[in-house]
Amino acid sequence: MNHEQLQSELISIRHLMERSSKFISLNGLSGVLAGCYALVGAALGYREVYGFSSGVGYRDHYVNEAEVLVRVVGIALAVLALSIGTGVWLSVRKARRQGHRIWNVASRGLLKAMGIPLVTGGLLIVVQLVKGQYGFVAPACLVFYGLALVAAAQYTYRDVRGLGLLQIALGLLAAWLPGYGIVFWSLGFGVLHVLYGIVMYLKYDRRAA
Amino acid sequence: MLEHFDKAFENRIRLQVMAILAANERYDFNALKELLEVTDGNLASHLKALEKAGYIEVIKAFVGRKTNTSYRATDQGKKAFAKHLETLAELIQNQKP
Repeated sequence: MNHEQLQSELISIRHLMERSSKFISLNGLSGVLAGCYALVGAALGYREVYGFSSGVGYRDHYVNEAEVLVRVVGIALAVLALSIGTGVWLSVRKARRQGHRIWNVASRGLLKAMGIPLVTGGLLIVVQLVKGQYGFVAPACLVFYGLALVAAAQYTYRDVRGLGLLQIALGLLAAWLPGYGIVFWSLGFGVLHVLYGIVMYLKYDRRAA
Repeated sequence: MLEHFDKAFENRIRLQVMAILAANERYDFNALKELLEVTDGNLASHLKALEKAGYIEVIKAFVGRKTNTSYRATDQGKKAFAKHLETLAELIQNQKP
């Protein structure tokens, strides 16, 4: 074997090791879009709660009005569904383009790893909403989502771990500063997603696209 | 120089199987088949050879009534694979024009 052959052999082995254990069909653009949905959702939610005409220190509504609560939860669920839908769609597209399968050992591992923190967090949030304790909903969203990302990082690009740690930090800060839930929520689910999405797109997707 | 290479890894599919098992705790037969795009018989014969060499071990489990066969690299196998990669890297280094 000559130099080039040996080198390409070594590269292909390393690539296979990565491909067999990591979900690399994740697309940075899904992060950017999920961030945008979150920002639009946060703006809509803010309008629901605070109203249009309110100046500083004046609210048209409060979260504990049942009708407002239902609409805010509806917006949040819509953002979640759109984000997951976009993520799956873009990943399937990327996998097809690269001739990989979407449903493999790595994607199963990824879902299993994320499942426990996400379901736990989701149930905790439902309990909080039912019990009328709204103060810790935004922090819980951020902390449990962050934990899910840290767990998921083992099965995909390592950058996801950093994103997870930042979400956890934001969640804890949000718990420390009650009343600014929507600000931290927008920073975490909106701004961080957009930033990380752009970085990951430039790093992994641009050459593949 | 090639005599330093492990005989068990002379075959490309065997080397690929070893690479996958080195990167994962375990991997099942069907997942290996899908990833490597080989036939059942072909893959089975290479797995047998690696098992004979003591590089991998078979884990049989039941999922419902079906058997699910997965494989795991032994310590010996992991060492041999790491050594093979090292040799490969050295060769590349030495051949540098």
